Amino acid sequence: MSWGRVRIVIRTELRQLAQARDFWGPMVILGSLFFVVVPTVLFLTITQIGNVEAVDNVSKAIDVLPAGAQASIPEVAASGRTSYALAVFLLAPVAIVVPLTISTAVGAASLVGERERGTGEFLAHSPAEAREIYLGKVIASIIPGYLTTFVGFGAYSLIVNLLVGPEVGGWFFPTRQWWVMVLWVLPPFLAIALSVVLRLSARVQSTAAAQQASGLVTLPLIGVAYGQATGSLFGAAGLGWIIGGMAWIIAIAALSRGMATIQRSRLLGVVDGI
Amino acid sequence: MSAPPSPSPAAGPEPVVALSGIRRRFARVEALRGLSLSVDPGTVTVLLGPNGAGKTTAIRVITGALGVHDGSVRVFGLDPDAGRNGEAVRRRCGIVSAKPALYDRLSGLDNLRYAAELYGLGWNADTRDRVMAAATRFGIQASLDDQVGGYSTGMKTRLALSRSVLHEPDLLLFDEPTSGLDPESSHAVLSMIKDMAADGTTVIMCTHLLLEAEGLAEQVVVMEGGLDIASGRPAQLMRRFWPEDAVRLGAEEPAALNQISDLPGVRGVDAVSGAVGEVDVRVDDLRRVPELVMALTTRGVRLTKVSPHERSLEELYFAVRAPHIRSTPSDGGLMPEAASRPDEPSPMPVTEPTPTAEEASVS
Repeated sequence: MSWGRVRIVIRTELRQLAQARDFWGPMVILGSLFFVVVPTVLFLTITQIGNVEAVDNVSKAIDVLPAGAQASIPEVAASGRTSYALAVFLLAPVAIVVPLTISTAVGAASLVGERERGTGEFLAHSPAEAREIYLGKVIASIIPGYLTTFVGFGAYSLIVNLLVGPEVGGWFFPTRQWWVMVLWVLPPFLAIALSVVLRLSARVQSTAAAQQASGLVTLPLIGVAYGQATGSLFGAAGLGWIIGGMAWIIAIAALSRGMATIQRSRLLGVVDGI
Repeated sequence: MSAPPSPSPAAGPEPVVALSGIRRRFARVEALRGLSLSVDPGTVTVLLGPNGAGKTTAIRVITGALGVHDGSVRVFGLDPDAGRNGEAVRRRCGIVSAKPALYDRLSGLDNLRYAAELYGLGWNADTRDRVMAAATRFGIQASLDDQVGGYSTGMKTRLALSRSVLHEPDLLLFDEPTSGLDPESSHAVLSMIKDMAADGTTVIMCTHLLLEAEGLAEQVVVMEGGLDIASGRPAQLMRRFWPEDAVRLGAEEPAALNQISDLPGVRGVDAVSGAVGEVDVRVDDLRRVPELVMALTTRGVRLTKVSPHERSLEELYFAVRAPHIRSTPSDGGLMPEAASRPDEPSPMPVTEPTPTAEEASVS
């Protein structure tokens, strides 16, 4: 396998996405909404309301968190504790939902899109191996979602520290568990989802069908990823590393399987009985 | 020490493409049903046939984009569907598909760059020169920075042609390259193909437009239902289907032409479709024509036209396909009404053994 050709496929895919305003427009909006607008409104509301009954009630929800997680919450005013818990523990799904949504949308259209546009014919006749094309497209699908998350994560950190930091005695975010989740746990979950989505994209007849089928695959994956991500945040210090490690093993297996089974003829949109 | 065996003087060059008994099906549809094809280096081969004849599938099989269910595929002596051979074969092939297969969101330059890099040229000063040379050759250099989505169909085809020659392939495969083009653009594209063939590149072109193939094809392969029903050099195929020379005669009184058939040297008379008062007279030798004209004049026939009749590829095509068209009236192919063309000669039985011409074959 030529990694050089994989890079070429990735770069060209990303170059096309960069030209597609109809893609990155909604992507920026989605990222902004989840990483900037919602947290800003939420934390501003909590910190401005102050220590009223509603915040007290929310802060009681902290009691259901695992002991380890509760211990990490600083002993400050109720609004500070609530904001801290929300920022560190309860907004974890954002880091999962956003990249999976974006990357799945890209991945679902990738192979079937080549067929619909007729460009699959060019790739099928090219010297590139089918597995190089498959891997290039998986990685190119992961990058926009992951990049959005990374940039959003930076913006989210800034917002959290600026709005919640003064309530809890200074800048505190990202915590170590968040670093582990974003850098170690999230990528393999994206790879697992995309390995399946691209195989679906190679099989279905249209981009619309690919989107539908991908939804069925990614919804349970979002659930699993959410559970594992929150678990890695709530649990013991090493749990995130273990969950991530297991996810990497599954991701590598799923990608290997996808690379081995993808057929050149899928780029042509023919029923291959071989 | 023994000397290495020298090639047999009778042996020709190894064919660039050698397909033998290829079968390929899609679900229950058999797209190729035993296709055989041999293409010599530096020649132009035209695959003719109606939609669904298997031309595109044949092209895909040649590059290894599709595997086969049965038969043997050799391209440059390699099986393109076998491991790394496929990459080696595809590196030496340049393709223009029926659809230009371009990335609309990329610029023309980025499309060419993608191809150059996938074909292993890298992206350096030499490759940039190649890109500009290819684009200039096809007259698309001024639009390279524009997004392909804004190109006209003709521009897209020119860009696809530029892309196909970037890596200087040894085998060019064109699948209906003039599809959707206006006559001027089609003419320009065909001229370019001719130029490339003149440079020594082997060319295989699929088309269902017979005029395109005229004058371009050194070998014609007529396909029907996934089979090659006739193949060979056009002149040889013509001679096989019409062994006699023909002259077209016109007369002021059409009925006067009825007396031709009993003249010496006349082998047969065929009416000409859509031309009242004209017939094609098959003679044993064109040198008899002056005698023929004199004999008719002596009998009082006033001739309005005397011209040697050279058969066109179109006539050959319909002659080859006639039995198939008649046997499959629901066929969705080209102009089934041709089966009843009055000027059509009786087709050679398709089961007749191949005559002496070594390149020609009729299955």
